[in-house]
Formats: sequence, structure tokens, C-alpha cells
Amino acid sequence: METLIKLENVSFSYEEGKTVLDRLNIEFKQGEFVAVLGHNGSGKSTLAKLLNGILEPTAGKVLVSGIPTTDPERLKEIRRIVGMVFQNPDNQIVATTVEEDTAFALENLGVEPEEIRRRVDEALKRVDMYAYRQHPPHKLSGGQKQRVAIAGVIAMNPRCIVLDEPTAMLDPKGRKEVIETVKELNRTKGVTVILVTHYMDEAAQADRVVVMDQGGVLLDDTPRQVFGQMELLKSVGLDVPPSTELYLDLVKTGGFELAVVLNPTECAEKIAEQIRRG
Amino acid sequence: MLRDITLGQYIPGDSVVHRMDPRMKILLTLGFTVILFVANNISAVVAAGMFPLVAAVFSHISYNVIVRSFKPLLPFILFTVILNLFYVGGDPIVEFWVIKITWQGLHVSAIMSLRIIFMLIGGSLLTFTTSPILLTDAIERLMGPLKKIRVPVHEIAMMMTIALRFIPTLIEETNKIMNAQKARGADMEQGNLVQRIRALIPILIPLFVSAFKRADELALAMESRCYTGGEGRTRMKVMKMSARDGWASLCFLVSVGLVIACNIRFGSAFQY
Amino acid sequence: MSAITVRQLTHIYSPDTPFKQVALNEVSLDIQKGEFLGIIGYTGSGKSTLIQHFNGLLKPTSGTVLVDGEDIWKKGYDIRSVRFKVGLVFQYPEYQLFEETVYKDIAFGPKNMGLSTEEIDSRVREAAEFTGLAPELLQRSPFELSGGQKRRAAIAGVMAMRPQVLILDELAAGLDPKGRNKILNQIKEYHSKTGSTVLLVSHSMEDIARYSGRVLVMHRGSLLMLDEVSKVFARADELVKTGLDLPELTKVLLILQQRGFPVNTSAYTKEDVRAELLRLKGVTGC
Repeated sequence: METLIKLENVSFSYEEGKTVLDRLNIEFKQGEFVAVLGHNGSGKSTLAKLLNGILEPTAGKVLVSGIPTTDPERLKEIRRIVGMVFQNPDNQIVATTVEEDTAFALENLGVEPEEIRRRVDEALKRVDMYAYRQHPPHKLSGGQKQRVAIAGVIAMNPRCIVLDEPTAMLDPKGRKEVIETVKELNRTKGVTVILVTHYMDEAAQADRVVVMDQGGVLLDDTPRQVFGQMELLKSVGLDVPPSTELYLDLVKTGGFELAVVLNPTECAEKIAEQIRRG
Repeated sequence: MLRDITLGQYIPGDSVVHRMDPRMKILLTLGFTVILFVANNISAVVAAGMFPLVAAVFSHISYNVIVRSFKPLLPFILFTVILNLFYVGGDPIVEFWVIKITWQGLHVSAIMSLRIIFMLIGGSLLTFTTSPILLTDAIERLMGPLKKIRVPVHEIAMMMTIALRFIPTLIEETNKIMNAQKARGADMEQGNLVQRIRALIPILIPLFVSAFKRADELALAMESRCYTGGEGRTRMKVMKMSARDGWASLCFLVSVGLVIACNIRFGSAFQY
Repeated sequence: MSAITVRQLTHIYSPDTPFKQVALNEVSLDIQKGEFLGIIGYTGSGKSTLIQHFNGLLKPTSGTVLVDGEDIWKKGYDIRSVRFKVGLVFQYPEYQLFEETVYKDIAFGPKNMGLSTEEIDSRVREAAEFTGLAPELLQRSPFELSGGQKRRAAIAGVMAMRPQVLILDELAAGLDPKGRNKILNQIKEYHSKTGSTVLLVSHSMEDIARYSGRVLVMHRGSLLMLDEVSKVFARADELVKTGLDLPELTKVLLILQQRGFPVNTSAYTKEDVRAELLRLKGVTGC
């Protein structure tokens, strides 16, 4: 797979002496679904903001499709390739109706009116918000607002979407809506998804999990490999999904066969298999 | 009381008036206001007033809503009537002690009150039939030529849009903060003026802190979506004049003609 | 003895308008003194409206609310006094911080109660300790604190009123796993040390299962269940039907039950579920 975003020896600090990111090397490939985990203050949110040039690295290079994010001439191009969705749904909707908001980025890019209309309608249908296109944003639920924010980004036809804790302020229904929408985009449109989260069950659905700690990468592997390291994750203020923990406990205390399960169904199946075998 | 005021409110609909080009609606409202003041006798004012009244019929907005648009201002209208009634000289109808009411006074007060009422109907009709976002857009486009003399037209329009977008959010936020402080025993209903003003501090400070945070995050979100100001921007919705806008301007021109005819035929009421 | 008693409580938003909305419909319930009660229900089920009746922020359209045996809306009752008896911590409470120092902010509630300076001081320090705020933070500006510390300061501001009932709405929302566990454990400790009544509103079934004694389930403005945790989660079908989730471990047990294993699905804590599965393995293994 082609490399889309590449970080080379990236360091970042907001004020001198306080390093948030320390010589980070990491790559994101086209079409991947990557979850980024880390406790508050681990630098994961800073990482997200470096990916579309909102923040510039203090040292090192961030390359988006080969373009350094420090090139002011090409920032628009970078932001069209890497779309960004933020945590608070209320603070990223600009316009007073859903469709006008979805059109915002395309208007900024100077796209022709008929083309904007076509892409706005398509984006809203993709996130299942087309029926709400005339609604004012404050009448929507949290999950709906976040889907509008996603529509506003995918209208640009980006190759990658970075979501910075998009579900932190949502209820379980809203969380599910957002994650399903994002997975669907990744699957059907091949959009690279970089999901910053502190919900372990969301990370378990990704292709790859990056765990951040103290400004560096602690783990970078498949969810199964990462969540198998329960003790290590707990020691850096993280967790594993409850089913994963339950099964690992059973391995330790009940002599169950070693395995890493990621959700209740897998967990139950593995247990069933073991009990049948006796 | 507050909810009785309908001025400035948008009432969604699909009438001819709703579908008119908002720029034309603004221009006609302005033009109508001018004509209303050109009209200098009662027949001319009534002739001018026909224009918004006919438009109101075509807008399918209920009679009650239209009446409510000027109802809160009735005391003010009454005051104007009384003022003109007693201070305009001329041929007396009634006269006792120091009070003298004249035909001319009656005529002038009728003109004045009708002007206010028609103006309010016209203005309300504009906001009733045009969504705030279209209104802002239309103002931006109408003021476009001012860019040449360095008026930041786009920025002003953007600020208006964002204000409109965030007013409901901030109202909700104010309620939330008020409830949170009340839950800690804050007392906002009692005390003298100074105490009441001081009681606002626990609400205003969090409100400002949160508004600044929102502004910060919004700026980031806008930048992320390639916003770099008005330069090179296009719009999804193109404003186009259509036949109905032509008909509306024709109606307006007819009413202008009527007003001028009435002015010449009946003469000004303001000669005393 | 009940801390809060609610009888036939109905609340209608914007009555006599086209936007009329029945948020609570004839709810009756008793909250026991000293219990740890979990409250669940999807967004819009009426749980927020309900808790705002407990401290008199909302007035019932009909029905009564009794706090400590007294009708809080009877003539002559000072409605502000109920705010001190029933402390309510809203969702994302950090937005309520406004004073120059954390100390002053925590003291806002006790000051409104008209307490003496010494009394206020001891309460501020006690509340800071319960929420794990280091003493040196008290003289800082609340706006300099980290997100988690702000949350603690805001909770301390309500605890400092020493309410008989403490209501926490989505207390852990937005925190990372470590922050979540820490603050919930501190609330648990506060509950056992002070013996006060604690009401925890949460979307996380894991948290509800782990900390509460009884659970109250709201659905479409009505009380659906009010029972012990195991009995509530045993009615899994009904919960799922109302759009609620189940604790993840309960899901594991239910799937096993569907596959025909003789499993007791009433277990919901980590330890009980493990014990149940070990027993199952032993039994079927014989």
C-alpha cells in the first residue's frame, strides 16, 4: 500500500522545554483504518493537529502525499487531502443550515455552484443526513451533528479523515452512528481513517492501533497484538475491552487456552469452544 | 410578552414572495420605504400601502401574524397621533380651553400612523419570507461594490452568519450555566440592583470563557476546511432574478406612479 | 426512611403550545437514605428532567416531590434550601467555574448557605480531599487547571455544601480510562465515608453495574424499572428493546446461554462472571 502521511523525527512543544512529542516516526498508508490511543496529555491530540498543518512541527517533517505541511503555499492542497473532524460537534458547524455547512469547504475552494450542489447532496446521502439538509444545526442530536461535520469533510473528496475524539461528547447511540459512518467510508470509498479515541471498543474495530505515551509511540500493531498487552496498557492509564480482560483472566486462573478476543461474540465463542472440549 | 414580538422572525413557506430573489426583496423594501415618505397626503399613503398589503396576501402569511408585527408598537403610534393632533394648526373642528383639534391635524396624524404601520408591515414581510442566511447572503452581494472602497463586506457577512448560527447555542449555554449556579445556591431573583448585577458574574464569566473557547475551536475547524477569507470563494446557491421578481418590480412601479399621481392631484397635507 | 419521595410526578415542557412535550409522565418512586442509585435511560428518556426536580430547579406540572419528608413546593418552603440538601453536579460541570481561585470557587456554595468563614474553610478542604485535589492547587486560578482537575474542582464545589443527596450526571464523560476509574472510585469512597445518598446518571452500563446498589431505568418519560442491579440486568430483553445497551460481560453470558449452556446470567461484576464461567467449565467438564 502507498504511504499517504509520513512523520520523520517529528518533535513538538507548545512552549520551550515542555516537549509534547519527541522524535516521532510514523507512517499512515492509503486505505488504512488506524486508531490512536493514549491517556489525556499523551500527545495524541497534538499528533492529530500536525497531520493537516494546523500545527507545525518544532523539529522534523510531516509529509502529506509528499508535501511538507510547513509549505504555506500548499496548505489548501494538504487540507483537501487530509480532512479533520473535531471533538465538540457544536464548535465546528459554521452555517445555519446543514446543507450550507456541508458546502462550506467547497465554497472556500472555489468549486462551481452546480458541482457543489452535486457533491453536497452526495456527501449528505453518504452520512445518511440528506433528509435533514434544510435543518438548523442546533435542532440535531450530537451524533447527527458529528455526521454533518463528517459530510462537510468528505464533500472535499479527501484521501484521509482525521477524527480527534469525535465520540467523546456523544451518547452510545451517537457513538455507534459515527463509528459506523466512518467504517463505511473506509470500506466503500477507501478513505484512510485516523481515529483518535479513548474508547477501547472503538479501537478494537480498527485495522491498526497506535498507542501513544509520553510523546512517543509505545505500541503500533494490530488490535489483537496491542490488547494482548493488558498489563502494559494499564500501566500507561489505558484499558482493554471488558471481554478481552475477562478472557485473559480466565486464561490465568482457569487454564483456558491463550488467545486475545476483541468483543463479546468472540469471547463467548472462545469460551464455548473451551468448555465443550472440557 | 417577549414571544408576542414577531418582528425579525422567519416563517418558512413556499409562496411567490418566499421564492423571490432576496436581493429584490431588500431593494423593494428600501424603495417602498422611500415612497412612503414621498407620499404627502392620505390617498397617496394608502396607495403606497397597497404594495406591502398585496404582497402580504401573496405570501400566505396569516392576518394575525401581520397584525402582531406592529401591535407591540401601538403605544408609540398612539403617541405620534396625539402629538400631531394637538400641534398642527389649521381649521378647527373642536376647540375648548387650550385644546384645539384641526382637520389638518387629523390628516397629518393619520398619515404619520399609517406610515409607521406600513413600514413595519413591509419590514416584517421581508424577514417573515426570507431566511436569515439568505438575507445575510443578499446583503453581502448587494454591498459587493463597496469592496472597491475597502469595506470588508465578506467579513461582515461571515460574522453575521456565525452570530446567527451561535445565538441558539449560546442561549442554551446560558440556561445551563444559570442552572448549575442555582444548584450551588446562587440567588438571582432577590436583592437590590447592585446585588443583582453582582449575581450575574458567576454566569457571565463562564459564558465568556466558553464563547472564547468556541471561537478558537471554530477558527481551527474553518481553517481545516480551507477557509482563507472571501478571496476566490464561490457559493452553492446562486441568486437569480426570475419572472416573479420582474412582476414584483412592475407592481412597485405602478404603486410609485399612483403615489405621484395622488401627490399631484390632492396636494400636500403639510402646508400649515 | 427515604431521602427523596416522588409521587405522580408529571412535567410538560411548553404546555399550551404546538411544541408541547410530556417529559415525565406520572412518575412515583422512593430513593432510600444512604443508597447508591444508578440512573439509566437513552437521551430524551426523561432522566435529566427527573433529576432537576430533585433539587427544585424544575417545578412539577403536577405531582409532588418530597425531600427529607417535606413537600418542597408547599407554601412557605424556601426552595433555595433544597439545593443545599440535594447537590446536583451537571454534565461537564467544569463550565461553571468562575472565581479567581479554586478555593473561592469551591467556597461559592457554602458561602451562599451563609456559613462562617471557619466552617467554609473546613468544608472546602474536606471536599478538595474527597475529589483528590492537592492543597497547593487551591490557590491557583481554576482556568489554569487540566481538564480532569477542573472536573474535580467543580464536583468539590457541590460536595462542599455537604448535601444529603449527591447527584452526578455523566460524571466521567470525556475522561480517559484512568481518569474515569479514579474519579468513580473517589465517589465510591465519598459514599461509604459520609453515608450520604449518591445518584449516578450514566450511559456506561459497566460503571452502573460496578458501583450502584439499585438501578432506575427511565423510558419515554416513565419509570420502567427500579430494582437491584442483578434484577435489572436480568431483564435484558426489555432493556435492549428500549434502546439501552447491556454491560459487555452480561452480553458474553447471554450469548453462551443462547448456545445452550446452563449459565446463570444474573452475574454482572468481573469477579462473579469469572466465577460463573469457571464453575461452568468445571461442571460441563465432569
